[in-house]
Amino acid sequence: MALADKDRIFTNLYGAQPWNLEAARRRGNWDGTAAIIAKGRDWIVEEMKNSGLRGRGGAGFPTGMKWSFMPKQSDGRPSYLVVNCDESEPGTCKDRDIARHDPHTLIEGCLLASFAMGAHAAYIYIRGEFYNESVTLQAAIDEAYDAGLLGKNAAGSGWDFDLYLHRGAGAYICGEETALIESLEGKKGMPRLKPPFPAAVGLYGCPTTVNNVETIAVVPTILRRGATWFASFGRPKNSGTKLFCIQGHVNKPCNVEEEMSIPMRELIERHAGGVRGGWDNLLCVIPGGSSTPLLPKSICDDVLMDFDALREHKSGLGTAAVIVMDKSTDLIKAIARLAAFYKHESCGQCTPCREGMGWQKRLMDRMVEGRAEIEEIDLLENVTRRIEGHTICALADGGVWPVQGLIRHFRPLMEERIAQYKARHTTMPMAAE
Amino acid sequence: MAKVTVDGIEVEVPNGATVLQACEAAGKEIPRFCYHERLSIAGNCRMCLVEVERAPKPVASCAYPVADGMKVFTDTPVVRNARRGVMEFLLINHPLDCPICDQGGECDLQDQAMGYGMDHSRYREEKRVVKDKYVGPLIKTIMTRCIQCTRCVRFAAEVAGTPELGGTNRGENMEIGTYVEKALTSELSGNLIDICPVGALTSRPYAFVSRPWELRKTDSIDVQDAVGTAIRVDSRGPEVMRILPRVNEAVNEEWMADRGRFSFDGLKRKRLDRPWVRRDGKLAPATWAEAFAAIAKKLEGLPGDRIGAIAGDLVDAESVLALKDLMAAYGSANLDCRQDGAAIDASRGDWFRFNSGIAGIDEADALLIIGSDVRREAPVLNARIRKRWSLGKLKVGVVGPKTDFTYPVKVLGEGPETLTALLAGQGFAEVLKDAQRPMVILGRGAIARPDGAAVLATAWQIAEAVGALKPDWHGFNMLHHFGGQVGALELGFVPGQGGKALGAMMGGNIDALWLLGADGFDPARIGAETFVIYQGHHGDRAAARADVILPGAAYTEKDATYVNTEGRAQQAFLAIHPPGEAREDWRILRAYSEGVGKTLPYDSLAQLRARLAQAAPCFATLDAIPASGCTDMTAPASNVALGSAPFVAALPSYHLADTIARASEVMAECASIYGGAAPRLAAE
Repeated sequence: MALADKDRIFTNLYGAQPWNLEAARRRGNWDGTAAIIAKGRDWIVEEMKNSGLRGRGGAGFPTGMKWSFMPKQSDGRPSYLVVNCDESEPGTCKDRDIARHDPHTLIEGCLLASFAMGAHAAYIYIRGEFYNESVTLQAAIDEAYDAGLLGKNAAGSGWDFDLYLHRGAGAYICGEETALIESLEGKKGMPRLKPPFPAAVGLYGCPTTVNNVETIAVVPTILRRGATWFASFGRPKNSGTKLFCIQGHVNKPCNVEEEMSIPMRELIERHAGGVRGGWDNLLCVIPGGSSTPLLPKSICDDVLMDFDALREHKSGLGTAAVIVMDKSTDLIKAIARLAAFYKHESCGQCTPCREGMGWQKRLMDRMVEGRAEIEEIDLLENVTRRIEGHTICALADGGVWPVQGLIRHFRPLMEERIAQYKARHTTMPMAAE
Repeated sequence: MAKVTVDGIEVEVPNGATVLQACEAAGKEIPRFCYHERLSIAGNCRMCLVEVERAPKPVASCAYPVADGMKVFTDTPVVRNARRGVMEFLLINHPLDCPICDQGGECDLQDQAMGYGMDHSRYREEKRVVKDKYVGPLIKTIMTRCIQCTRCVRFAAEVAGTPELGGTNRGENMEIGTYVEKALTSELSGNLIDICPVGALTSRPYAFVSRPWELRKTDSIDVQDAVGTAIRVDSRGPEVMRILPRVNEAVNEEWMADRGRFSFDGLKRKRLDRPWVRRDGKLAPATWAEAFAAIAKKLEGLPGDRIGAIAGDLVDAESVLALKDLMAAYGSANLDCRQDGAAIDASRGDWFRFNSGIAGIDEADALLIIGSDVRREAPVLNARIRKRWSLGKLKVGVVGPKTDFTYPVKVLGEGPETLTALLAGQGFAEVLKDAQRPMVILGRGAIARPDGAAVLATAWQIAEAVGALKPDWHGFNMLHHFGGQVGALELGFVPGQGGKALGAMMGGNIDALWLLGADGFDPARIGAETFVIYQGHHGDRAAARADVILPGAAYTEKDATYVNTEGRAQQAFLAIHPPGEAREDWRILRAYSEGVGKTLPYDSLAQLRARLAQAAPCFATLDAIPASGCTDMTAPASNVALGSAPFVAALPSYHLADTIARASEVMAECASIYGGAAPRLAAE
């Protein structure tokens, strides 16, 4: 059963209608915002908890709980909401569509979320490459100011609220929440040590919550239609609707809002026109953006698209960017490309990530050719294990998971590649010391 | 207090302590690279990972706060694997060029690789190479060895207050440097060499000179500024190879200024290594006996008031006392140790000491600096002020030239008229009055001028007026420039009853002048007929004027006592022997006195030191400062009026401020790069 049109939150995801305030209001945005705020801060947080919404940025932390970490009483410091629109995960393109086609869902969400955490100011940190999107979003913010929806007594709610848009300068790591805060403060984007967590010491040393664009943009609809409505989709603990970005070797790549826990096969076949050459031509799928481990066809046949089901298979929902690869793919080369990406994007702070990503990339480059020994697959695996979990932020984890997934499911392919290379080269040249 | 169990050992540590501190309390060694007690926590090397019960991943112990009931494990397979992994990652792009690395033998990476690393490398790829950076004449960089721990970045930004270092680029390509290549402007830059855990930043003058295990290490005191930094002189055979700081929490913590660290090559150049006697207008080599005879012949029969003695800036207390006793034997009261003409009243100790103590800076909450460029006169002390400032709520006002103090200051004015205003209770005086622990720092340079006595008296009166002089807090501080100055003052090496001061001894007013390492004034002022005896270690300008030269020992070449600006007496030990026929200075004086029948009453250093302890109380207990607090608020007397000339920097060139530095090629190079006067910046 597919998601009915009446249950869609992002009704202008494809930009069929204008993004502006007038059109947004017709779609139901900004309807009764003041009334929701009137129900109070605790009600909103409680409602968010009941809705079962989990963060849409990748980690899947329960949103209501995250908000409840914010101080109820200010100790003199202001609180801030920071919206993470630094969407850089390869394969992911959902926040971009929200920003350019449905910006008012986000702006209204910012107001409601900020009120719920006692913040009078929020910052949207948008990826620098999203120039056009930032122009649209800024225009939408200006529109909202002009209409009295932002600023003093925002939307007639009695809550003063300012919203700022900040453009990043192009670094994947700035999507990590503490690196984003550093970058927003004007420093080099490097993740901070935790604890202290941003809810205690965040932007400019003040309590801060960093949320993904999609997380914030679904808030108004949840509050309007109720937590039970949102929780009715998907399996328990994985509830709600979700934007999926389906791409790769499918007939019709698309962004689509669907119910959580939809079977992967149904998702691909219903919305993306199926795998190129038919389902049996499927090699593997990366289910949640480049940092989640790939899943071979045998798992894809019946896996559900939600946090827990994918975790059972040692992968993850991530950002729900479904990258489909058919049998024409040189899978080792594809994963080597991801390894190169993570090497390039490592901030260089922690030793295992700074040094290990380059090692992993170089090993993968040789694996692509097959210019390696069979034992070096074990070495590669061991190197990834020594990187994983030993760093400040999760970039290193996300950077080694694709390689781990490759080794876990396609080790015979790698061995075969090595054997082929050996067959072509009777004498094995040694790599430089 | 939080109870933490480390590998089954229960320890109690204060709340807010880190897991690493708890592990150390339990006696567990935690390897680390980026962590340094005196710098902010970076937590990026990941070497200190430990396992904490119920934590999903190993945690960086240097950054993780303890919680009551926490269970920490430092020796589990997870921890061992993590350490081994980090060690391997650090080494894959490290050149492993220990045989040609100056850090070899005292390298954290080398030591910890032995302790926690694997026995072989599994890395078969190409290694990274990083271009070396120029950061000035003192520090040599081999950036390929860098492990990006960022200690240097944090030191420059936090302790030195010159945020000139940083990391450029990302990931594997991250490089530490100044971005636009330039010489670091800090006077504390040598400390970067000490805190660098690998051989990326090494001493340029010490490059390829020696190995640590070849060196004999001798504790000593830096006399090239008045802070009294605890140092270690590393020597090999007859040569000083390098000088490193020691830890003394009350004085220098573990930092050291560049002049003291790098000017030791001056100890090998322009040295006086044998006696000289002027014959027929020309200095000629002589024996000790000839030199003594020449002096004895001249002094014999001279009335005491026609003989004078001047002590220099780097002299030790023992020789000052010996000279004072010798002059007394000759009946002379013409003594002076204030070569710069500073109007110091030595009759009371707290009129010329840094009474709050250097550690007292930590307690201060308002600070007035008068006529002192603290950053260049006492870089380590300045870092202490900066440390206090960085903890917050310290207001600093300055009367004097605008310079960059490395912390924001309010420039109140440049001349004595500002002091009058402050004394009248205007402006910054309010801030000082409101403070619990107000401090006034009076630069010695500010009183080395015709109206010096008035400046001194006014500064004292300001301190009194703002409540800085209390029974439990003495907020009047004089900052001296060199390690020998305070010791001579403590011993009262100033004109006695009816004695002449330095100025009065010039121009032929006396017939014989004994200069003990006194290079700090223009010898042309000495009268042409005056017979000059120069006793010292460097052939500087005063030696050229001398009629007899007695070669003495530099501070590395004698067991000696020095008093720092606080009045803290500290002992330095002989690291190498004086060159040639040069001797320890007090022995020269003792030997001379015997020859002329005025034998000084001590035959050994122990006897001399016993006499020293009687002469001035500060020598009785070493490494201690006089009790803090002020009970007698009488201001030093002044019979002159405040002038109007603005205060100027007392030391024209940081790098060439004393005789040893002036003989040093390294310091000469620094002076040519950084300019005669260090760059002037507008205060913030």
